[in-house]
Parts: sequence; structure tokens; C-alpha cells
Amino acid sequence: MNPDQIRQVILDILEKIAPDEDLTEIEDEIPFREQIELDSMDFLDIVMELRKQYRIEIPEDDYGQLASMQSTVAYLEPLLKDVEAPA
Amino acid sequence: MDYDTIIIGAGLSGLAAGIRLAYYEKKVCILERHTTIGGLNSFYRLRNRNYDVGLHAMTNFAAPTVRSAPLNRLCRQLRIRREEFELVPQVESATDFPGHRLRWNNDYHFFEQQIADEFPRQIDGFSRFVSRMKEQDSFALTRDSSSARTVLAEYLSEPVLVEMLLCPVMFYGSASARDMDFNQFCIMFQSLFLEGMARPEGGVKPILKTLVRKFKSHGGELKLRAGVRRILNEGNRTTGVELDNGDVLSAESVLSSAGAAETFALCGFPKKQSHLSGEISFVELIFILDCEPGELGFDKSIIFFNRQDDFVYDVPETPIDRRSGILCVPNNFHHAQPLEDGRIRITFLANPEYWLNLPEEEYVAAKEKWQNEILQSVQQQFQPFEEHIVDRDMFTPRTIKKFTGHFNGCVYGSPEKILDGKTPLKNLYLCGTDQGFLGIVGAMLSGISMTNAYLLK
Repeated sequence: MNPDQIRQVILDILEKIAPDEDLTEIEDEIPFREQIELDSMDFLDIVMELRKQYRIEIPEDDYGQLASMQSTVAYLEPLLKDVEAPA
Repeated sequence: MDYDTIIIGAGLSGLAAGIRLAYYEKKVCILERHTTIGGLNSFYRLRNRNYDVGLHAMTNFAAPTVRSAPLNRLCRQLRIRREEFELVPQVESATDFPGHRLRWNNDYHFFEQQIADEFPRQIDGFSRFVSRMKEQDSFALTRDSSSARTVLAEYLSEPVLVEMLLCPVMFYGSASARDMDFNQFCIMFQSLFLEGMARPEGGVKPILKTLVRKFKSHGGELKLRAGVRRILNEGNRTTGVELDNGDVLSAESVLSSAGAAETFALCGFPKKQSHLSGEISFVELIFILDCEPGELGFDKSIIFFNRQDDFVYDVPETPIDRRSGILCVPNNFHHAQPLEDGRIRITFLANPEYWLNLPEEEYVAAKEKWQNEILQSVQQQFQPFEEHIVDRDMFTPRTIKKFTGHFNGCVYGSPEKILDGKTPLKNLYLCGTDQGFLGIVGAMLSGISMTNAYLLK
């Protein structure tokens, strides 16, 4: 997957987790928590959804890398580079 | 291993935990001793009518837009749309003490105004108390305990107001007698007054059916009539469970909603390591009427009443304590259609030992006798309705113990909560009333929290 596709994957997951939030205006460099209301349970779900959908394991120590869209995409790029984007 | 996780108990906390686990593709089995689901919040059918056990109303009825509200959090976590619960708000409730009445509805400001009207010299203290409450991190899994009575008295100089605030909150869910943990008080006060009350159309059954459907749709297994006889352990780990029928099921982890003392008994822990059971239990009498209770003057959703100035919340010395109680009228919620029949539910504190130890032959007669006593005292306190009764049912601590297995027929668990859900066995965890989140929303969040903390990573 390329960065744009990864970005869409994250948006799709966020939509599942936070269906009532407006995700169209997300700014990539700003932490998610400053733009939409995500609590620690929601954050856990981002990690869990990635594991469920793409079989990638994210160690707890790395959770901090998922703070913003930009850092999340950068973190996931090597993990998802050989994975096909969803249809 | 047969399963990743075995869950003991198909009540609200067990089902919610099950949904989380099954959704994330864990192999999970929920074991329920009874013939049906629900546990402390179950349902049954008698003479062609549906009855709810436990549920009078759901609290935590915050607006859908409040993302951090417990009800909305749990809907997100379970991937359930809030509309699936079909919640309809209360009409109005009240706390009745001699000479004082505090009404409330789902608009918190109305309650605040009531306090200002009834106790004008206390309103400032009360406002400061509410601010103090909002500072508590209610869902922290570790904290020191403190006394709700003590904290209330720091802000309110009128003892009757303190009692009138403790009364509904303690009835709603205090496991401890006479006082409650301040943090528990905060959670429940906010659930009841700041968020508000609602009732699911159709009662608790559709909620339970929704949860089971979700659970099974993700591949979860549910076994009814499958009581656990023993939790098996090797050293400091559990390896699974043995059922009443002798079957052995192995698992990586076990999550028990049976209660702390009940769970430790299943582990075979010696008495001295056992957790104290709770003792707070109730009797409830449900009357079916041939008319809307509102027509007879029963216009409130729930009334918490006390007939003396002090509110005594304790195990009574008599079989039933009629000095205080709860009167609930399920009809008085904003249902789309009127209910099939009129219903009045009366709940009183009860002495578990008395009800549990009655010989079988005397039990039925005792219920009869008490039904009549209760009917007379309720009519005397409120207004007559006897000639409209077409059916009735009564349950006691004995009923609760029989169908849920909770010792003493206790409904709110042990006074000592095990907030982190951990037990002496490394992979055995607790959820439900003894973990500490109470109420229907609380129970579901308990299952979800324990799963998130220990079983998904």
C-alpha cells in the first residue's frame, strides 16, 4: 500500500470507531486527540482493528507513534508495503 | 486449549465482554448455569406476561452527542447503534421523605431548582459539591476509598438533604450498608441525575437478545444450562473449568462474572482467603393492573421513599424493611404506545437469612403473608389500587440466589470491590458487580474494561 491508501485505511477504521465524528477535515500533522474525541478505549480499537484487518501487531511501546495521521501513516508504511489495499 | 477465554455468566457484563472478544476473533465461550441469559438483569414469562428482573430503568441516559458518556462509549465499543436499545426517557421521578419531596427528570437543572426551592440555604453548598464530584476520575481502576456521608457533610449542613441524596443513590446501587464509597457515589449520582433515566421499550429482553445476537454473529459460543462446578488451576494459573455435568473445558484465560466470593469458592480457595459476600438484598412485588397506574394517581416513573428522617440502608432485622423503598411504574416512561397492562413494582430491603432459610413449605405462605402486608402499607402511603389488580408476582433473596447463584441473593455485590479485576490466579479475572461498575450500563462497561485491559492484548 502507498501512503494515500494507508491514510484511507486509517480513516475507514476511525469511521468504524467514531461513526459520529466529522473526519473530512482531519489535518495530518495535528494529533488525532486534538481534532476528534478519542479516548484510550478508542485508541486500543485502532490497534485492534489493524491487527484484525491486516494481521499486523503493534507493540504497546509503539502506541505513541499513532498520535497523528502523519505519524501513523509513516509508522505503518513499512508494515503494509507488501499488503494489498482494500477494494 | 479449547478456548482463548471462557466467560462465566451470561449477564450483561459477561455478554459485553464476549462481544469484544468474539469481534476480535478470540475463541470465546460464555457458560451460563440458568436456562436463560441476563443474570441479575434477566426476564421471565408468567401467565402470559413478560416480567423484568432487576431492570427498573437504565441510567446514564446522556445525549448521543456526549461522546465520553458511558452509554455512548459502550455502544461504540460494542459496535451497537444506540437506537438498537430503543430507550425512552422517564416522565418524572421523586425522592419522598416526611415533609420533603425532591422531584427530578432528565433535565438536571430542574433537579437543581428543586433543591434550591426545598433547601434554599443549601444550594450553594450543593453546587460546590457537584463541582467536587465532577473532579473525580470515576472510572480509574485504582483509588483510595472515602465516605460519601463524610464528603456530603462537608458541603451540606442540612442532614435531611444528605439523607435525601443518599437514598436514591444507595438504592440504585450501594453494596455497603449505611454509607457508600464516595467514588461509587459520584459514578451513581452522575448516572442518575446528571445523565438521567430511561427504559428500553420492551424491557431488558430486547437488550439481552441484541447482545446475544451480536455475540453469536462474531462467532462466540453460548452454552446455557452449563453451570461451572469448579475453576481448575495448576499452581497460580487457571487451566479452564469443570462443568456440573463433568465436562472439562480448557482455556487460556477465564473471566468470571459470578461474583468474587462465588468465584473464589469455585476455585476451592480456603475460607480465610475468601472474599466477603455482599448482604444487601431485596424483595420485590409486582402488581399487574387493569388500567394505567396514572389514572389512579401514580404519576411518577420512580419514587424513592423513606418514612422517617434518617435513611437506614442496611440488612433489616425483620424479614422486610418497610421504612423505605422504591415504587416504580414502568408505564410512566415516554413509550411510543401504552404498555399492555398497568404495572406497579414495589421494592424493599430484605433479610437474606430469613428468606434463604425458610423451609420450602413455609416459603410460599410467608410470601403470601408479606404480599398482603406490603399491599396494605403501600396503599396507605400512596393511594388505593387493590380493586384493579389482575395478577401479581413476588421475588425474594431466595429467588435471586436460585437464579443467579449470588450468595445471599445479593444484588450489588460485595462492599469491597476488586477494581482491577485481578485474582490470585494470573489468568483469572473478575467482571460485574464485584469489579465495581454497577447498573446496566456499568455492567457492560465492566465486561468491556476487563476485556480491554487483559484479554485482548
